[in-house]
Amino acid sequence: MSQFNNPGASPTSAAEVFQTPLSIRVIGVGGAGGRIVDFLSSAGFDNLAFIAVDTDAQELAATEVLRRVQLGARQARGLGTGGDPELGSAAAEKDLDALRQHCAGADMVFLVAGLGGGTGTGVAPVLARLAKEAGALVLVFAIRPFDCEGTRRQRQAQLGLQHLKTIADGVICLPNQGVAQMIDENTSLVETYKITNELIAQGLRGVWRMIARPGLIPVGFSTLCRVMRGQRTESVLATAESRGPNRGRDVIDKLMASPFLEQGQVLASASSVLVSLVGGPELTMAEINRVSEQIQRRCETADLIFGANIDKDFRDRLELTLVVSQQPGKPAEFGADHPLAEEREIDRAPTPSDSRLAENPLGLPSETGRPASRLVPPPPVLPEARMKELWQQQMKSKSRSQRPTRLQQGQLPLEIVPKGRFDKSEPTYHGGEDLDLPTYIRRGMALN
Amino acid sequence: MFKSSNIIVGLEVGTSKVCAVVGEVNAAGALSIIGLGQAVSQGVRKGEIIDPDRAAADIRNALVEAEQRADVEISSVYLGVTGDHIQGFNNRGVHTVVSADREITADDVQDVIKNAKAINLPAENHVIHAVRQHFLVDGQDGILNPVGLLGTRMEVDMHVVHGRRNRLQNSMLVVKKLQIEVESVVFNGLAASLALLSNEQKELGALVIDLGGGTTEYVVYANGVIKHTGVLALGGDHVSNDLAIGLKVPLHVAEKLKVEQGRALADEGCKGQTLTLTSESGLSEKTINLEHLRRIMALRLEEIFQIIAKRLSEAGLLQYLRSGVVLCGGGARMPLIQQLAEREFQLPAAIGKTNSINGLTLALDQPEFATAIGLVKFGSLQKKRRHEGGLISRVLGELMRSK
Repeated sequence: MSQFNNPGASPTSAAEVFQTPLSIRVIGVGGAGGRIVDFLSSAGFDNLAFIAVDTDAQELAATEVLRRVQLGARQARGLGTGGDPELGSAAAEKDLDALRQHCAGADMVFLVAGLGGGTGTGVAPVLARLAKEAGALVLVFAIRPFDCEGTRRQRQAQLGLQHLKTIADGVICLPNQGVAQMIDENTSLVETYKITNELIAQGLRGVWRMIARPGLIPVGFSTLCRVMRGQRTESVLATAESRGPNRGRDVIDKLMASPFLEQGQVLASASSVLVSLVGGPELTMAEINRVSEQIQRRCETADLIFGANIDKDFRDRLELTLVVSQQPGKPAEFGADHPLAEEREIDRAPTPSDSRLAENPLGLPSETGRPASRLVPPPPVLPEARMKELWQQQMKSKSRSQRPTRLQQGQLPLEIVPKGRFDKSEPTYHGGEDLDLPTYIRRGMALN
Repeated sequence: MFKSSNIIVGLEVGTSKVCAVVGEVNAAGALSIIGLGQAVSQGVRKGEIIDPDRAAADIRNALVEAEQRADVEISSVYLGVTGDHIQGFNNRGVHTVVSADREITADDVQDVIKNAKAINLPAENHVIHAVRQHFLVDGQDGILNPVGLLGTRMEVDMHVVHGRRNRLQNSMLVVKKLQIEVESVVFNGLAASLALLSNEQKELGALVIDLGGGTTEYVVYANGVIKHTGVLALGGDHVSNDLAIGLKVPLHVAEKLKVEQGRALADEGCKGQTLTLTSESGLSEKTINLEHLRRIMALRLEEIFQIIAKRLSEAGLLQYLRSGVVLCGGGARMPLIQQLAEREFQLPAAIGKTNSINGLTLALDQPEFATAIGLVKFGSLQKKRRHEGGLISRVLGELMRSK
């Protein structure tokens, strides 16, 4: 194992008797990442190694994290990147060795980065790549900027997020704007950031508990690997806690009120859901059942992984953490009211270019890729049983959403294939194909 | 002027043309074609009327021309119908013979046919034809006429062709508004098969494909009876439309190109060849790749045949077609269409000829008039039955096997 192995390992943990302890690193990238890691390091995690990476020497010095890496000391002279991701990634590429050293031997790496600026957006993908190369499972907590931070930062965050998704095993996205919706208008800025920190801490704690602590219903590291590895999912994080006699029901209600879940719509379209439930020693099986059932009902199609833990300090508290993942390509959780919703749609459409990005050694989203074909392919011919299944799924998810959906169908940039003289007549369908469309178009014959 | 009772008129309101054929039954009972009138059709799309006024005008023109040619007055017609909504299926009726001596009587036959016609169809559907196939007496198959045989349980297989009542009545209404009686509506595919197939072909098994402008009808005969009927709302219009879209030319130019340069098979010979279109003033306007033209056409025609072949193989009928494929309709004029049909069905294919009727050879040789001539033949057979005092309800079943 590496030299960073378990700074504060507790020898009393029963699990450690028969397994080598996992090496988990939490790396904060950039100003925001550094501050969050700083917060996390004092939030009572044992077994975790915290590392702060930044290009700005001043910011780095302000953190109390033990391990700090300063990048681009020569190019930027320790003054940061000035919000330029290219500068950030260039600095990271210069100091690859130092970064690689910090990734070596890790089983799991949590990257915490505030996207939109230069360091977070530029360095995080490089780090994610290095950690993957070192064989670790990479989970990214990406914090999207507030809307008021300007469109340039939003766009950079967007590109960075896309890029991270192609590299990391999982990306948990936390829009700051969502946090803002969650809290009172008059909350101070410091408080707001604190809430974001708290959210990430909770998420981290949930995942960490799941894999590092012996559970009542254990979810091992291997399970997490199976769900996340190579899936390139985008995830949403939601936590809730409650206490009292009705805590089983309360905790679900509180969870559903989380703005990130969009009233359960995110759950309905999820591909996998990771649940971590923590309670005091008096936690009953019935309670676990109730919570599990409630969540399962809301995400029938998803792969549900349920973990339950006992924490002695919890008394009558119940804490529930959900990591809801969506496969890229599935219509995801963003609302149409978001100014960037449409842009994201376009960004994520061409999957082939995604894989090209992954190969891109510079680690920057290339914009010169060949545009995707504009031809509309005919609907796939599915066996009847599968069609029925899809219909049922659709009906189910429709009935589940309790209010009119906020998703709005965007117009895809497609060329409408003309039907000529049959434009207005009753279409002729056979086997799911509109036969009025020219055969040569449906069969993909190229006219050069 | 002939007596109107001897005059039979078949009227086909097609997507590309309206065609009226006048036939005459002479004293000996033989049918001959004496006149033909046609008009370009403008109010029909995919075999069904979409503009009644235009369709009425076209029908009037065709009938007037036919009246002049044949020198008769037309008062009633046999009207051909088609459209995507028309479907055929096989149904079986069962009847228990109740008489003491177990001899099957004509009444028993009536009952079993009535049972076979009692079909569970949606209310808006109308049965156009119910064609008798074979009788079964106590499980013995292939009985043509059970009257006089002994048995306890009699069954009959019927082929039922049905369509939407309103859509069938649309074309009837247009004709009736011209003060012309509609004697009967007949499914176009059935009429075409009646005109083209000999009894031997019906016995061996044959597939008739009527490649029309807007629709393609197909009828399968096996063992002397109708086994399958269907309509595909695809036709020559689609070929022209594909060409217009693919070659980026106006529809009338595409139509002309299809007729002049069309082939049903894309041969290698035309690779790299181009055509130059000239405008009316003789200036060259546009250059067209001949290979593209042929391939666009071939793909569409190929697809039409493939869909029919798929439907027939699902019905398990492809191996019964020992007499092969008979093509008619305007699409049968396409060069190499026989070769394409042979390739797609793996059966011999031929262009249909109406050789069982006398009359205007000019009209009889044309594949596009097969349906209208078939309508006349249908009418003549129906009249013959009536004259012979035969039961009208038996007419269809009998005429399918008429010698």
